[in-house]
Amino acid sequence: MTLEAEYSPDADRIMSVSLGPQHPGAGHFRIKLWLDGDYVVRSEPDAGYVHRGEEKMSEYRNYIQNVPHLERPVILDSSNILFAYALGVDELMNNKVPQRAQYLRVIMSEANRIISHMYFLAIQGLFLGHTTMITWCMGDRDFWIDLAERIGGARVTFAYIIPGGVRNDIPPSAIEKGLNTCDWFDKRMDEYEKIFFRNPMVHQRSDGIGVLSREDAIAYGATGTVARASGVSVDVRKDEPYSAYEDFEFKTPVMTQGDVYARAYVALLDMRESVKIIRQALKKLPQGPVRLKLGPQPRVPAGEVYSRTEAARGEMSYYIISDGSPRPYRLKIGVPSAKNLRVLPLLLRNVHVADIPPIYWGLNYWPVEADR
Amino acid sequence: MAAQLTAKFPEVKVDWMKERRLKVSTSAMHVKEVGLFARSTLGFDHISTVSGVDWIAKNELEVVYFVGSTTPGQEDFILAISERIARDNPVVPTMVEVWKGAEYHERETHEMFGINFQGHPDQSHLFLPEDWNELPPLRKDYVSPGR
Amino acid sequence: MVVAQQQKSGAFQVLVGKIDDVLQYAIGDPMRYLANWGRLYSLWPVHLETACCSVEIGAAAGSRFDMERFGALEAFGSLRQCDLLIVMGTVTRKLAPRLKLVYDQMAEPKWVIAMGACSITGGLYFDSYNVLRGIDDIIPVDVYVPGCPPRAEAFLQGLVLLQEKIRRAPSLSGR
Ligand code: SF4
Repeated sequence: MTLEAEYSPDADRIMSVSLGPQHPGAGHFRIKLWLDGDYVVRSEPDAGYVHRGEEKMSEYRNYIQNVPHLERPVILDSSNILFAYALGVDELMNNKVPQRAQYLRVIMSEANRIISHMYFLAIQGLFLGHTTMITWCMGDRDFWIDLAERIGGARVTFAYIIPGGVRNDIPPSAIEKGLNTCDWFDKRMDEYEKIFFRNPMVHQRSDGIGVLSREDAIAYGATGTVARASGVSVDVRKDEPYSAYEDFEFKTPVMTQGDVYARAYVALLDMRESVKIIRQALKKLPQGPVRLKLGPQPRVPAGEVYSRTEAARGEMSYYIISDGSPRPYRLKIGVPSAKNLRVLPLLLRNVHVADIPPIYWGLNYWPVEADR
Repeated sequence: MAAQLTAKFPEVKVDWMKERRLKVSTSAMHVKEVGLFARSTLGFDHISTVSGVDWIAKNELEVVYFVGSTTPGQEDFILAISERIARDNPVVPTMVEVWKGAEYHERETHEMFGINFQGHPDQSHLFLPEDWNELPPLRKDYVSPGR
Repeated sequence: MVVAQQQKSGAFQVLVGKIDDVLQYAIGDPMRYLANWGRLYSLWPVHLETACCSVEIGAAAGSRFDMERFGALEAFGSLRQCDLLIVMGTVTRKLAPRLKLVYDQMAEPKWVIAMGACSITGGLYFDSYNVLRGIDDIIPVDVYVPGCPPRAEAFLQGLVLLQEKIRRAPSLSGR
């Protein structure tokens, strides 16, 4: 065992502990830890507690039947995972998606990004011992859920973005409600900044903890908030503008510290940009149809496609192979959590036990998504 | 880009999935050199994902590495490096030395398709239960119970 | 001799039975009610997230729905102190033995809420190779909350139903 080779003089001081799957700091997930006193000397993630075989299941269902179960892995961010799927199928079928649908897709996916980041910040607040953050974020998240519910008709699983457009048009009342929510949320975020991000206690607990360098972030393939907090400016919305993203003005927030604090702060900055996008999209919403008529069993020509979008946690990608039959021949979901998972054992080294939950959750890791 | 690759490796086959998506088909023998070249010369330093495909009719398994880039100006470019091997004895070299992030993706491909990555540090199960003893689930001849 | 003794003990047993009835009526029922009433507003759920339904638990514990007002805490602490196991969704082959282990470690009395279509029948994942089709094969379930995911309100209703069940429990042991 490598561990003994590394720590041979005091090998019996090393204690192995398992964190999870039943543990307040790690749901649906287990981390194997090797501890020397209060220090973590080595760690190994043990995923797969929620592996449900999505990829195999999609080979048994046709392209439309695949929609509902494909959003389940990342229920916090369900529009974004479907967005990439819809883009892929649209590309295979050569669909010309109407402009209004493109805008609605963007609105929904940005609202979902906020919903997801709010959950992330809430739990991060909990792990950093900041109870205000969990109550505020969980409560405010519900206002965004209200908006999304008015558009998509469900609390979390909307199945809103489908191949060929979106499922239904936006009700007129949602436009005004959306703009109001944006205005209110802008003020709210200033308050988060005051109470959480400028809080000395939060700074002490998260500054310089779990630092990921820029080189490592690139080499280990980190994406999303993790990469952006380490100074890598990856953002599929900018790099390869899909759907209607070219029409909007927004920035890609990047920070360079690469620690737990930066990863939380990047999420806040992300939300600011999302609010900007939603506001622009609601104001400029074009008229027209919102979806193409595809029928219950669309014919998808043979071919392969690799589509990607920027989900809340990073680059969401699909590799779809069609052999001309009604069902996909192979469907690979490249989820951001799985891409960021390799970073975890890297960060959980030479840290205190008390820092494990913020580091783990700071990766914005959602085990259900990673396991698929 | 395509010209550069074919000039360096005459045996590879390149085709465009679409604009800015280049698929490079090579063999298990050359895949590592192609990967190293793609990373150091062409600047594809950011592994995106690794996928396996089971071509049961042709009795072949395919491994595809999707790599992106953080080099300014080619962030939108995705290179897909693919290799095909026989289904009965699927052994390919690991790419962990080229892209460190490929480790868990390869581990997943190993358990889902039964492809052996030679030189991989740890090929134990990542997502499947520890006591999984049936066929690798994503092979086409594995039929899901309930179907 | 033997017959006489039997007669005597028979009469004694009848007497004991009568006293038991009276005591049961005077003390037992109020005791049972009191004990179960005490349990019902201090449910401690185990923190075992099994799948995506846990998001709605998060919302139910959050400030809008606030499940603490119903007397159930957002769980923290040792699972030895817990008496409520909420199975939040899919149970996979890898998790199933752990779920059983968690259930066995909890002290009596304990209750189980099966939340979401997945934990009731397998839900969307009925044909997946790695998913258990319903958790009642491995642990007993008190309340089923259907939905995918159930809304936070639906979960709270399930909680209230469970409390109703505890209130009406026929014995002192709470079951
Ligand atoms: S019932 Fe639906 S939401 Fe709940 S775990 Fe199952 S798939 Fe997820």
